[in-house]
Amino acid sequence: MEAYDLNQTHIIIPPEEIALSTKQLQVYYGHNQQPSMTNASLSFPRFQITALIGASGSGKSTYLRALNRMNDRIARVDGEIRYRGTNINSPKVNVYEVRKHIGMVFQKPNPFAKSISENITFALKAAGITNRQELSNRVETSLKEAALWDEVKDSLNKSALSLSGGQQQRLCIARAIAMKPDILLLDEPASALDPISTTKLEVTLKELTKKYTIIIVTHNMEQASRISTYTAFFHLGHVLEYDQTEKIFQTPEIQATHDYVTGNFG
Amino acid sequence: MTPNQTDRIATQLINFLVLIVVLILLFLLGDIIFSGFPHVSWHFLTSPSSSFSAGGGIRDQLFNSLYLLVLTLLISFPLALGSAIYLSEYAGNNWRTGLIRTAIEVLSSLPSVVVGLFGYLLFVISFHIGFSILSGAIALTFFNLPLLVRSIEGSLHAVPDSQREAGIALGLSNWRTIRGIILPAALPGILTGIILSAGRVFGEAAALIYTAGQSAPILNYADWNPTDGSSFLNPMRPAETLAVHIWKVNTEGVTPDAVSVSAGASAVLIIVILIFNFGARAIGNHLYKKMTGGK
Amino acid sequence: MDEIQKKLNAPSKASREDVIGRIISYTCIAVIIALVVSILYFITSRGIATFTTNHVSLWQFLTGKQWNPGTLSANGQPQVGALPMIVTSFSVTILAALVATPFAIAVALFMTDIAPKTGAKFLQPVIELLVGIPSVVYGFIGLTVVVPFIRHLFGGTGSGILAGTIVLFVMVLPTISSLAVDALRAVPTYFRSASLALGATRFQTIYKVLLRAAMPRLLTAVIFGMARAFGEALAVQMVIGNAVLMPHNLVTPTSTLTSQLTTNIGNTIMGTLPNNALWSLALILLLMSLVFNLLIRYIGKRGEIKS
Repeated sequence: MEAYDLNQTHIIIPPEEIALSTKQLQVYYGHNQQPSMTNASLSFPRFQITALIGASGSGKSTYLRALNRMNDRIARVDGEIRYRGTNINSPKVNVYEVRKHIGMVFQKPNPFAKSISENITFALKAAGITNRQELSNRVETSLKEAALWDEVKDSLNKSALSLSGGQQQRLCIARAIAMKPDILLLDEPASALDPISTTKLEVTLKELTKKYTIIIVTHNMEQASRISTYTAFFHLGHVLEYDQTEKIFQTPEIQATHDYVTGNFG
Repeated sequence: MTPNQTDRIATQLINFLVLIVVLILLFLLGDIIFSGFPHVSWHFLTSPSSSFSAGGGIRDQLFNSLYLLVLTLLISFPLALGSAIYLSEYAGNNWRTGLIRTAIEVLSSLPSVVVGLFGYLLFVISFHIGFSILSGAIALTFFNLPLLVRSIEGSLHAVPDSQREAGIALGLSNWRTIRGIILPAALPGILTGIILSAGRVFGEAAALIYTAGQSAPILNYADWNPTDGSSFLNPMRPAETLAVHIWKVNTEGVTPDAVSVSAGASAVLIIVILIFNFGARAIGNHLYKKMTGGK
Repeated sequence: MDEIQKKLNAPSKASREDVIGRIISYTCIAVIIALVVSILYFITSRGIATFTTNHVSLWQFLTGKQWNPGTLSANGQPQVGALPMIVTSFSVTILAALVATPFAIAVALFMTDIAPKTGAKFLQPVIELLVGIPSVVYGFIGLTVVVPFIRHLFGGTGSGILAGTIVLFVMVLPTISSLAVDALRAVPTYFRSASLALGATRFQTIYKVLLRAAMPRLLTAVIFGMARAFGEALAVQMVIGNAVLMPHNLVTPTSTLTSQLTTNIGNTIMGTLPNNALWSLALILLLMSLVFNLLIRYIGKRGEIKS
């Protein structure tokens, strides 16, 4: 692999209202002295889709999982994550509240071994919502927003595991947005899906930007260019370039980015 | 001899040894059933035992075994569950966890007679509880805990990490995730483990001889007050179980029909344990199917 | 500060739930640890009383052949020689493991390499049933079938090491078999395919590749079986004869550590030498189970298959 200069970067700050930003974020796994993610400082605009791209092992998933502190148990995270004027990376911050406001959808669909509606209501009940009308409203709206309602409205009591992979992933999205988060983090949500399910998912995500800020990790560059407004390119644990998606894919400033998006990488 | 001939002979030898193992089991089951069944009757199951004359039954012993089993599970299940949750969800990968695992392994490798003697020393002698169902249940708990912890931990581990992540990402506490998501998903495995351990507890005798005792006082099955001395529910009374009974009538040599009583009791013991084993599998499969929507 | 900021900075129901969860599970594990420590402590403190309070020499205890703790010998020493029981315990354990191992490995090979389908369908339940039969039932069958059979063949009472070995053989067979199955399954499939692809017959593959690769885990399987045999009490007690004599052959009554314990602990008075001597036997059992445990760990650590 060609050795790129990891200190040469091009990172902009979007002009829109910023929903979430990080400053000098570093992630250390286990007892490693060497960080798996180095000095990542990015700002994510509100109600837009931002894509994080890069080869496997570039640190994009590590970075995404740090944003709602999913790495708490397995890694040390230094630096600042600023959300609503609070540094949510502080150990004093209530991490459960953080995750309620910053939801996450994973690479492999992971519905609970419960019925479709229970998948959505379980966390709502834990959060103290007991009104049955309210619960069933949330089930319906979140399933509609995730474009799954028409397929499952007659079988809400069926096991979620009986759904297809694509349906399961949309159920996971519905489950996340039923919590009414601000921000939705998606970690390669389409990698386990077939092309038709992927297209459906992308349409759904576009729709969701009306109400949510979305940050999506993807290894699929067409997908990134189709759906995102901004794109960050990760390489070997460093963010090398962050700009408007069009710019990244057509006139990148950094050689590594250029090589990656044109397929001449590695 | 060519390699092919050796191969054929070796295969034949393996088949032959396997056949013998199968024959041993068939012989054992056949012996228990054919020599035991003729002695199992309604009268045998419902009349009290007698030490010095023929014709005694196993009513009280059977009840004691079941009662002891229930008490043992009531004590050991919560403890085992809590410990298994600790090991699979909270324990870090460090020397402390290693030490805890070693301690549990040591407990599981102790001979049941040693565990029983410890129960005898501590509860019967030191705490003056005397030979009692309670002492027996606690001794059986010691004997049962390591296996139960291991099987529950295994079931919890079998639940994919993605389920934990799913719960935590929704802002649920770890504890809520464990209770509401991981435990239900692990339920078929946990239940199977409990029932299989129930079979072992039901047949155990060495740990009980000096804790629950070897005598079966007359019980009053109409007395539902557990504090009464003769109540069948009283946990402080001595209680000979079915397995202990088989051992006792054979070693004391004062019961004239010891052989037929033990044959009948063995048959009952085996049947109950068979029911546990098949029940465990059936319930596990049923729950699994139900949870995954028949897929 | 807006409402969301307040929420982010204050503990919630979820934080409290986690504290409760930790307290519950930590308590449970603490109870188990306390239990193990107190078992080790109590049995040890009782077991060493023979040597500390009654001043029996350890050497005499381990090598003496006379076991009669209630009376003094001609030279005024208490007669607490545990050697007959130690020898018998080891004899039945080793013999049972020796007999059971070939059968167990045959069963395991049948289930992993010869006929996995039939194995899973018929042999698996056979093994599980054998595990499920309680030890008193094994003892009872030993007493009513094995002992009379030996008596018929060799005369005498029929009780003794041979009867004990036969009963223990059947009891440890399923333990060793199921662990042997795990051991063979842990050998990666490509070991097999590589050997077969080189033109080796199935037996050559089994003998030269499979058994060798699985050897450490097979050994731990056998040790597990031995640990079970060594600690088994009632089944052995019912067929061994319970006479504390040095075994001179396989068919005369003798006594194991466990059988002596179960027979006599209720007939002695706490704190007296005869009672203390029995606790010393229990201590030997405890120490042996620790030794088996260490052996299993040691072999297990050395024999992990790296793939």
